[in-house]
Amino acid sequence: MTAISTFCPGCGQPAILRVMHGILKEKKVEEKAVLGLDIGCSLLAWDYLPINTFQTHHGRVVATMVGYKKAKPDSVSIAYAGDGGAYAIGFQSLLWAAIRDEPVTVIVNNNAVYAMTGGQTAPTTMIGQKTSTSPAGSDQMPVNGPELIRNLNKDAYIARTTMTDMKELKGHLEKAFEAQAQGHFSLVEVLSFCPTNWKVMGAELRAYVERMQETFPLGTF
Amino acid sequence: MKKQFLTGHQIVTQACIDAGAKHMFGYPITPGTEILTNWIDAAQTNPELTQLQTEDEIAAGFAVCGAVMAGNKAFTATAGPGTVLMQDAMSMADGMRLPVVVIIAQRGGPSSGTVIYSQQEVNLAIHGGNGEGMRIVYSPSTVEELYTHTRKVFNAAWKYRFPSVLLTDGFLLKTTQDVELSFDTKNEKGDITIFEQNKKQHIRNIYTVEEELYEELQRQKKDFDKMALEITESEEYKIEDADIVIISHGIVGAAAKAAIDILRESGISVGLFRPITLSPFPTDALNTLAGRVKKFVIIESSMGQLRDLVKQELDTSIAIKIDGLYKPAVGISVEEIVEKINLISK
Repeated sequence: MTAISTFCPGCGQPAILRVMHGILKEKKVEEKAVLGLDIGCSLLAWDYLPINTFQTHHGRVVATMVGYKKAKPDSVSIAYAGDGGAYAIGFQSLLWAAIRDEPVTVIVNNNAVYAMTGGQTAPTTMIGQKTSTSPAGSDQMPVNGPELIRNLNKDAYIARTTMTDMKELKGHLEKAFEAQAQGHFSLVEVLSFCPTNWKVMGAELRAYVERMQETFPLGTF
Repeated sequence: MKKQFLTGHQIVTQACIDAGAKHMFGYPITPGTEILTNWIDAAQTNPELTQLQTEDEIAAGFAVCGAVMAGNKAFTATAGPGTVLMQDAMSMADGMRLPVVVIIAQRGGPSSGTVIYSQQEVNLAIHGGNGEGMRIVYSPSTVEELYTHTRKVFNAAWKYRFPSVLLTDGFLLKTTQDVELSFDTKNEKGDITIFEQNKKQHIRNIYTVEEELYEELQRQKKDFDKMALEITESEEYKIEDADIVIISHGIVGAAAKAAIDILRESGISVGLFRPITLSPFPTDALNTLAGRVKKFVIIESSMGQLRDLVKQELDTSIAIKIDGLYKPAVGISVEEIVEKINLISK
């Protein structure tokens, strides 16, 4: 099966999804894996990987995967969301899944904007960043999801990484799936390119993600 | 079958267990809370049952969606403002044809309204989504029907793959009486949406091309109409010689029956037409009746949600007078119905 990407050229998401799929393949759990998608650009992954995948609603993927995992405890339940789905409209469900230590893995694609709708201010938009809903630059405190969630659950695996370092990304995702296998919540936030809405290209994309790290430090929490 | 002394909540909970439900996801809201607490009680001793008190109704609804996609029967119970929030998940169930079951314990609205009773969630139950309202909705009128209709709701959901609702209210759910629980139809097994082995399924609810969604909706409509022929149900009571026919659903239908017995004693030829499935609506039965009786009297605890359903289904070539007793969010007594019909038949 050949994956056909409908993401924009230069988008970070296909890289993240491929790394994730590589792990499932390596661990021979492709058939047990189910990928739930939030709405936003994440929905474009619906037919991207040769694993069972379904779309949900905006902000609702975590709650859906919590239900899925209850019905199939031996599955690898993955909730894939953007920063808006995870930290704004779906924040309540995300926090409660973490508080209850639900054994699902949440992957958050952080590109600092609402990308599908054309670059509006997101929970992870940085101070001073200009968006179509913050034309003078955002003055809203960005949400540091992993740091916040760490305080709600001592057993979860929680990390922030970047798509510019595939090895690190792979390591964190592997540990997140291990945490799920051991019955714990896990969340990996991934800093990810959005050339379309950032309006930058080539090497500047990498520089942009490096600047993001000043607000969103990498590591485990 | 032996008689048991049970409340409506206990009966619904038992029906869900007997229907093969494995998971309940719920958020406390009056008057539906006891379904959650009774289920949790049952789960203490039955290892097959799991439960989760979620952070809100939205999460409860989506967790049900997730569980049914994994192939297990699951449900939630909610009411009033919770029924509003539940529309998010129910709309996904509409779009993806998920056998989601929702028990709705109607309470007074709008807003937080009152907490025990109304018949004001008819529109929400059927048409609360951002689509065409292709849902299965049963309206039980007695505690026995709380049991049989809950079983039917699960069977219909899993056989036909439309989100399905038991639309009831706090009065009926809080009623305690001797009851015989019996239902002789086998549980539907239904299909698992997500298969593990060699079935790499890609399931969506968003379409990039307008025609794709259009075609999907045509398929849904075809399935819905075919299903309607098989499950549409109504009760007709003393209508053979009736001039006046009361149309009521749910608990008001039970009050109407008692009123009809009294009215018949004083020589008034009145009967009852009670839609059991509000969706799909028993349109043919309604129009057959409309062609031969003089008057319909619609009686409901709403300002006209049932009336609007009736009017929308009535054959426009039939001229029939429609009167009504509309009491939003308050109970309707047998005496009030007797008085209303006496007034009309003078």
